[in-house]
Amino acid sequence: MQPANLLLLTIVLSMVAYGLGYARSRSLAMPMGGIRYLKSLPFYYGARAALWCGIPALIVLGLWAAFQGKVIQTLVISSLPQEMLPASEGRASLLLSKISNVANGSLPPGFAEAPILEAAERLKALREQSRLFMSVLVVSVSVLAGFLGWIRVRPAANARTQVEAILKWLFFACAALAILTTVGIIFSVALETFRFFQLIPFTEFFFGSQWSPQTALRADQVAAQGAFGMIPLFTGTLLISAIAMLVAVPVGLLSAIYLSEYANKKVRSVVKPLLEMLAGIPTVVYGFFAALTVAPFISDFAASMGIDASSQSALAAGGVMGIMIIPFVSSLSDDVINAVPQTMRDGSLALGATQSETMKKVIFPAALPGIMGGVLLAVSRAIGETMIVVMAAGLAANLTANPLETVTTVTVQIVTLLTGDQEFDSAKTLAAFALGAMLFLATLLLNVVALKIVRKYREQYD
Amino acid sequence: MNTINPAVTSEADQYQAEPVAPVREQPEETIIEEGKTVGRPFADNAKFKLRDVNVSYGDTRAIKNISLDVAKNEVIAFIGPSGCGKSTFLRCLNRMNDSIEICKVTGSLQLDDQDIYDRRRDVVELRARVGMVFQKPNPFPKSIYDNVAYGPRIHGLANRKSDLDEIVENSLRKAGLWGEVKDRLDATATGMSGGQQQRLCIARAIAVSPEVILMDEPCSALDPIATARVEELMAEMSESYTIVIVTHSMQQAARVSNRTAYFHLGHLVEVNETNKVFTSPEHELTESYITGRFG
Repeated sequence: MQPANLLLLTIVLSMVAYGLGYARSRSLAMPMGGIRYLKSLPFYYGARAALWCGIPALIVLGLWAAFQGKVIQTLVISSLPQEMLPASEGRASLLLSKISNVANGSLPPGFAEAPILEAAERLKALREQSRLFMSVLVVSVSVLAGFLGWIRVRPAANARTQVEAILKWLFFACAALAILTTVGIIFSVALETFRFFQLIPFTEFFFGSQWSPQTALRADQVAAQGAFGMIPLFTGTLLISAIAMLVAVPVGLLSAIYLSEYANKKVRSVVKPLLEMLAGIPTVVYGFFAALTVAPFISDFAASMGIDASSQSALAAGGVMGIMIIPFVSSLSDDVINAVPQTMRDGSLALGATQSETMKKVIFPAALPGIMGGVLLAVSRAIGETMIVVMAAGLAANLTANPLETVTTVTVQIVTLLTGDQEFDSAKTLAAFALGAMLFLATLLLNVVALKIVRKYREQYD
Repeated sequence: MNTINPAVTSEADQYQAEPVAPVREQPEETIIEEGKTVGRPFADNAKFKLRDVNVSYGDTRAIKNISLDVAKNEVIAFIGPSGCGKSTFLRCLNRMNDSIEICKVTGSLQLDDQDIYDRRRDVVELRARVGMVFQKPNPFPKSIYDNVAYGPRIHGLANRKSDLDEIVENSLRKAGLWGEVKDRLDATATGMSGGQQQRLCIARAIAVSPEVILMDEPCSALDPIATARVEELMAEMSESYTIVIVTHSMQQAARVSNRTAYFHLGHLVEVNETNKVFTSPEHELTESYITGRFG
């Protein structure tokens, strides 16, 4: 049986176990005078039987599915005749894929040597056996444990605390999964980054002002010696993010102030969703808006003023990115401003302050730390944003502060380094991981700082 | 009978999270005649002249046809069971209800013979003359000095730093807080005790030199000692200000006020000299309330 079917079967068995456990607890309770004489509600007996039935079986299934491939491979390889044994790990995986291709029928038998054919047959048989074993094992574990759970439905058994304990671990496992994923990502990025720094010195990466990652693929190829200075990329990212924040922070903040302090309920109920709709537009749409509408407009406008502007400018990408971030800033600020207690407003208004004086002198200072936190989160969003800059910012790694020139960003370079066919041990590919790691560190730092600020702000009114 | 609609309580609850006492005995509404107030609601030297005031939140009437004078330099206490409209009525006097969209005020409300709700009325000027102290101490999260200086600064009351210093010192002295805080004027106000915070709020209100001070249950969040301190302060202040105080404590009304007004379900039932209200109330509802039969 396929693992997926087996999974379904286990779930069905668990449901049956639930029903049986529930029914048994009720039938035990009735002669005693009702379910009130049970230690736990029938639901808990059923749930316990279901969990007993499902969880061990699922663990067995998971372990089997995870390890069967490796075990079968080792068995197949070791059964090959002495002279066929692979010399290296790379050869082994080539050989294995050949064997499995034959076994799957995607490689006609005529193209393979006799030992390979033999091995393919063995592989098939082993797979068949493994699947059978797995099915039998999982079903029997499930049935056995479920039966045990059913047997142990007794009026005196405290199923409730056991179910609660199991649920607690279940929830913990879900939380752990998210954390483990993050840790996994960090590890994989860190590993490749480490390999990158074995090829390229630290100093060149951190202090080099040249970025041209084209390196020779073979020793005899004529190509430029690659340069891996991240400075132009980070200045490009910073330039575009700064332009984006120049657009997003004033507009977002002022619209948040309007919405929270001035707009009446009717206006607010219309304007707020409309503003937040900006956040729902896919970034790729913003990207072509920037590339096809805004960038030509800016270069034409600059030309009419007699200024030289590139057709792909930092200004276009940054401006459009700023518009994308407006709802981010405005809704975070709106929340923070609304969190300032009404009594503050009353206190100020009762002293004869106008609405704008109240805003400027009481609400805004009180909300400032929270607003700062929101802005920092928006900055980390801007730094990590990819699609708009890929489409509108360009690829030339210019080290410039002129917003009318083409710049490139860290994210754009990661995309170009990793799209298309890549060999995995060249400095060019590994550079993408190094850049990714830097980006991750930068946004992580910003997020930590932002969260710290937001938390500090929260304590203020406690 | 029960005219206190959820709309009213929810709007009002933002400001007056009053402890709702169980109503033990619901008096008949027929006892109250709308617009009829027993006792002496009017005064010769009126600071506030309020006639036929109606306040409604949406479709719900919170204040029903109330007419009342507040005399110059008197302390008048508003008492009554929760949700009777006394806070709503108080907040009409400096138009703090303006920020509630659905709140509608009709009738004639005059401060020194000028209409409070006139379209051309400058609310800023009105509130500078009619200060307010709230139920919960609400100092701004600024320094003690900046809290008191807030009003004088926005009204341009001081031309020099030394003037401002003087206003701050005087206000804090009047609020009986100077001795406690004179060495730490730069400390944040939110770090003070509740009673100190409330006296700071009173100092803040005094700093604008208002003519009237409205107090919305100023002691309900304070312990008995801080309450006594604030009540003492009120007695001193009554020499120079007109004070309108909403209170839940009948003892407090008896201690601090000259006149007492009893509100019931949006009606103004009785207004009289405080000792008369508490010794020989004219209206049977007032009597039931002060003897603790309901509320």
